[in-house]
Amino acid sequence: MPRIDGPVTFRGGGFAPRNHALAGAATLIGLVLLWQLGASLGVIHSLFLPAPVTIAAALYDLTISGELWRHLSASLARLAIGWAVGTVCGIAVGLAVGLWSVARSPGMAVVSALFPIPKIALVPLFIIWFGIGEGSKIVTLAFGVFFPTVIATVGGVDNVPRGLIRMAQSFGLSHAAIVRKIVLPGALPALLSGFRVTASIAIILLVAAEMIGADRGIGAFVLAAGNLYDTGNLLAGIVVLSALGLVVAWLIGRLERLLLGWR
Amino acid sequence: MSGLRLVLSGISHAYRDLPVLDGIDLTAEPGEVLVLVGPSGCGKSTLLSIMGGLLAPGSGTVRCEGAVADDCLNPLTYVFQDFALLPWRTVAGNVSLVLEQRLKRAERAVRIAEVLALTGLTEFARAWPRQLSGGMRQRVGIARALAVRPACLLLDEPLSALDAQTRDLLLDEFAALIARAGTTTVYVTHNLAEAARLGQQIVVLSRRPGRVRAVLRIDRPLAGRQAGDADLARVEAELWRMIRDDAAAAERETLDAAH
Repeated sequence: MPRIDGPVTFRGGGFAPRNHALAGAATLIGLVLLWQLGASLGVIHSLFLPAPVTIAAALYDLTISGELWRHLSASLARLAIGWAVGTVCGIAVGLAVGLWSVARSPGMAVVSALFPIPKIALVPLFIIWFGIGEGSKIVTLAFGVFFPTVIATVGGVDNVPRGLIRMAQSFGLSHAAIVRKIVLPGALPALLSGFRVTASIAIILLVAAEMIGADRGIGAFVLAAGNLYDTGNLLAGIVVLSALGLVVAWLIGRLERLLLGWR
Repeated sequence: MSGLRLVLSGISHAYRDLPVLDGIDLTAEPGEVLVLVGPSGCGKSTLLSIMGGLLAPGSGTVRCEGAVADDCLNPLTYVFQDFALLPWRTVAGNVSLVLEQRLKRAERAVRIAEVLALTGLTEFARAWPRQLSGGMRQRVGIARALAVRPACLLLDEPLSALDAQTRDLLLDEFAALIARAGTTTVYVTHNLAEAARLGQQIVVLSRRPGRVRAVLRIDRPLAGRQAGDADLARVEAELWRMIRDDAAAAERETLDAAH
């Protein structure tokens, strides 16, 4: 019979990844420094990929001339309006689909049929319907934001523990009070997760919409720089978009901490 | 004694083709503690849901009879096995939930303070449910139930999610609170010691479909009952004698279904 004689070996480690904010920032800085080093040593040709200092200089010039703000303000306005319209409509429809049987099957059928359509392909159609101006751009964003918001809302509502709704019913709370005090707060984590997705979708669609028939906006600026092979300005525009994505993600993170502090 | 009389006549119920209750007739008298016991799956919780109006019976009726106090906001009030607390509300917020539609802010604050004091939760008023132990969470469930000044309390295995020590401690508090409130109480449990400790009328249900198999009465006030009481131990043994065969059969049914 085999004998066992010795201390018990620890085997319970791992599978518990932790976040290190500094490591993330250091990685990004390291990549930029490597990029700069490659450009300075001539390994990376400036025509293919301008050096970080060239992009920084382009950003500085754009800021000083006021050009950056002219484009950014137009993009921010479209982003805010388009995202807000899509989100409000998406939450309203998502709640209806999540709460009422009569809306559930028809609503989910429509969402399932239209969600996979690439919204960028619809931009020309929206221009025909809503004109070349702001209308078509905002509708493109709203349309793109709407469907993921509906899906996140329905998922959130479905995941509210039925026991909590039963508890509220047992205390005689009205239907409206149950929606306001149980369903909406219960669905909020899913909604906020959905915001992260829809904010990114909105930024992608913003650029696509601004590349068709716009003279202001980061998308239009990037397109114009690309047409001129002005890679410095092109990447400066992309850096602005990336920064916009980071700011939006940070804002949603703050909102989560504010509204979901109970978790 | 105060509270409602709860009269159940010919209650039967089935989940799809599976009959769970069959012809239940029973009456909870005003101020009485009626305990429902029976083997797993006999329909105890289903019957309580039907009593509380949370489930429509397949057939039969539940009637409430009697006057309720002016300050009663929810005559038939449930206490849930899993506490059913809103994790995004504090202890006070959870109690407040059931008062918000009916009482003004000042009146609400008084009532919340009162029930939190009664359940020993005053210093935890601003705590989140996730910060509380299981026993404390169930105290919040009790505080919330008492806040609406119920005429009839319906408790669905309120101690079964707790550890043995917490259960014993809370059982004593339950007995004191129920005796003090004087409301009609229907208490579902699978724990026969709890049944003997709290029950004035103990209804034993048979295995599925649940039928009333026996009714035991203990004519002793709750206040005089102690853990380890020889009379209560005899009641507990008697209950176990009645239930044991059904419980074993119900267990075998569960195993058969699993295979």
